[in-house]
Parts: sequence; C-alpha cells; structure tokens
Amino acid sequence: MNALVEYLLRLGDTDVVLAERLGEWVGHGPILEEDIALTNVGLDLLGQGRMWLTYAGEVEGKGRSEDDLAFLRDQNAFHNVQLVELPNGDFAATMARQFYFDQAHLLLLNALTQSTDARVAEIAAKAVKEVAYHAERSADWVIRLGDGTEESHTRMQNALDRLWPYTGEMFSVDEIEVSLVTQGIAADARELRAPWLATLDAVCAEATLTRPASEWMQGTRRGGGKQGVHTEHLGHLLAEMQFLQRVYPGALW
Amino acid sequence: MVTAEQRALASPAHEAQAAVTVDLVWDILAAIPDPEVPVVSIVELGIVRAVSFANHHVRIEITPTYSGCPATEMIAAMIRERMAAVGIQDVELLTVLAPAWTTDWIAPEARRKLTEFGIAPPHVVGGRVDVTGISPLRRAKVVVPCPQCGSTNTTLLSQFGSTACKAQYRCEACREPFDYFKSH
Repeated sequence: MNALVEYLLRLGDTDVVLAERLGEWVGHGPILEEDIALTNVGLDLLGQGRMWLTYAGEVEGKGRSEDDLAFLRDQNAFHNVQLVELPNGDFAATMARQFYFDQAHLLLLNALTQSTDARVAEIAAKAVKEVAYHAERSADWVIRLGDGTEESHTRMQNALDRLWPYTGEMFSVDEIEVSLVTQGIAADARELRAPWLATLDAVCAEATLTRPASEWMQGTRRGGGKQGVHTEHLGHLLAEMQFLQRVYPGALW
Repeated sequence: MVTAEQRALASPAHEAQAAVTVDLVWDILAAIPDPEVPVVSIVELGIVRAVSFANHHVRIEITPTYSGCPATEMIAAMIRERMAAVGIQDVELLTVLAPAWTTDWIAPEARRKLTEFGIAPPHVVGGRVDVTGISPLRRAKVVVPCPQCGSTNTTLLSQFGSTACKAQYRCEACREPFDYFKSH
C-alpha cells in the first residue's frame, strides 16, 4: 500500500475508533455536562477522521469513499493505535485514556501543521484548535479525580497504570513513517515523547498522581495497531459500528 | 422591506436566472440562518468565504466551523434550496479548509445579536488559539461576562455545551446558566 495512504489511515482510524468509543457514553455520563462533553469530543474526532479518510481514499485512487473505508474494512485493515480501541471502563479510565491520547494528539497535529503535504497541513491546522480544548479538559479531569477523594484518586491511578503500556505506539515509527518523515510529510513521532512526558509530569504532580515509568510497551516491536495487529476488542467495536452497512450495503438515510 | 430574495422569487425563474449577480447571491446567503444559532446568518458567522459568478455558474466557497459540526451538511443543503428557489440551478459548493475558520470572523453586529440571544460572544483571539499544549493548565483563563446581567463573576461549568462550539457557564450574580461561544 502507498505509504501516505497508510499514514492517513492511521490518523483517520484512530480518530474514528475513539469517536465510536466516546459515543458509547451517550446517556451514560456521570453528569449531564460530561455526557455532552464526551460526545462533543467524539464528534470533533469523527469530523477529523472523516477528513483523513476522505483524503486517504483520494490518494489511493480506487474510488473508495470515507464511508467505504470506515464501514467495509475488516479489523486487520484498520490502522488505529490499540489505546483507542480499549473498552471505556469507568469514567476515570475513559478520562485517563483521553488524557494520554489528547496530549499526544495535540503535539502530533501541531507538528503536522508544518507538513510539506498541503492537505495534511490544512487538516491539521483545522483539527489542532479543537484538540486544544480536548487536551485542556482531560488534563483538568485527571487533576480533579487525582486530587479528589481517596476513591477517585485510586481509580485514576489504576487507570493510568493499566493503560500505560498502550501509550508507546503513539511514539514509535516503522519504515513507512520514517520514509514520510524524510519527505517532510509525516511528523516524527519519536520526537513527541519528551514534550508529552513533560506535560504528563506537570499534570500528575498537580493531581498528586504517580506517572507510570515502565518502558515496556505494547505493539512497538513486532507490530501493533498501526500495522493492523489489534486487541480482541476492536472486532467487537466494528461489529456494532459496521452492522448496518454490512447487512444493508449502500443504505442511506 | 422587500429583500433581494423576495424580488427574485416574484419573477419567473428564467428572468431571475438572467438577473443573477454576485450581490444577489450574497443577499440570499445573508438571509440563511445558522441551523444551530439561528439568530445569526451563515455570512455573519464567517462560514461563506467567497462567491463568484460566470457563465450562469455560481460558485460558493464555504468553510466548516468545527470538523464534526453536523450543521455543515444542512447548511450546504439550505444554500442549494434557496438558490433553486430563485431559479439558480447551476451552483457549485466548494468546501475550503484553509485558512481554518476562526471566531474572529464573526461580525461585530452578530456578536451583539448573540449577546441579546443569551449567548456570550467569543473573545477576539487575533486568529490564534493557544495550541502549544506544553502546559494546558497555564492557559490564560478568560473572563466571560454574563449575557443576562453583565456580571463578570461567572464560572466555567464545562468546555462543551449544547454544541461543540460552545462552553457552559454559570453567572454567580444572577445564578443563570448560559452558553459561551468559545474563541476558536
């Protein structure tokens, strides 16, 4: 597959899968404001994912639309990082995942605004302003729950620890990304980890939480989500997300 | 007052087509309310970026406010509908992403209308929202005056309100909750 197409699918699939996860919170948020906020963040990510997938389809040149790509690919053809396909867990786990992702996403998009590919740069410039609000919100929640009650602190610390091994993929590169970095199209994910850790340290300090430090990471050696290797959870998510288009191909509103 | 749209509607379609001008198209667009904030038009919100007309072909450039805004597709449908109503069939709608939409494009008059509608208007950010992300907690906290009573003693309840573009606030003086159109 064309390297740019694959890179665009990594960006788009990660957005779409996380949007789907956040959508599961509709009607289940702990309070109305957060129910609305979770799904608004999901909506932003869905919109961004659509722009990446649309562009992926155009570059691929086989006439596949954003809908074809979202609804008619099997799990091994999805290129999202594993972090975003993990089940929501409780509100602390959802916000811990969001915190890890949002801070990395913000750094990634900021770097992509400098891409030599004009379309990549303009999508990133559009998305980064939205993600700035996501990053602020999830950091606020990590602090609020970490520096909250004993119960909320314990839950947030446990969530940070459990999700930690899934964060490595966001900062690892393979030959596909390296070739695009060389051309100035992709951001070098390896360079984003130091500033990401600095943000985590600042937020964890304020939240009275301990930032996990293990260097053992899922999916960074022999392939992970970006290469189409997924946890058992993605198939179940896609079964629900794709059901209608699989059973009634081409169905429209 | 008879608007340009009403004038065009009053004449047969073929005559209306002959009378199409860029100004007429802008007038029609200026009468289309935003689906989610109907007190302001899509032109006042800065969604319409350019209009051109040549050889009976109207070309309109629009830009989405937020990537996932569900109103974007409805706005495109409304534009086609209003143009068809005055006999303009050959309409090309082009979505442009750059430069990215900013609340700085919201006209002063529209800011006044938003306040009267009960939505605190966005602050002018000079086209730059802080996206550095290194210290998200250090972002300058803006003071958002209550659109009901004008008090500056207000509290942020959530970064997201009834739509992605708005945050929820509460006025500590009059105790009313209200929406703030976020700077973007």
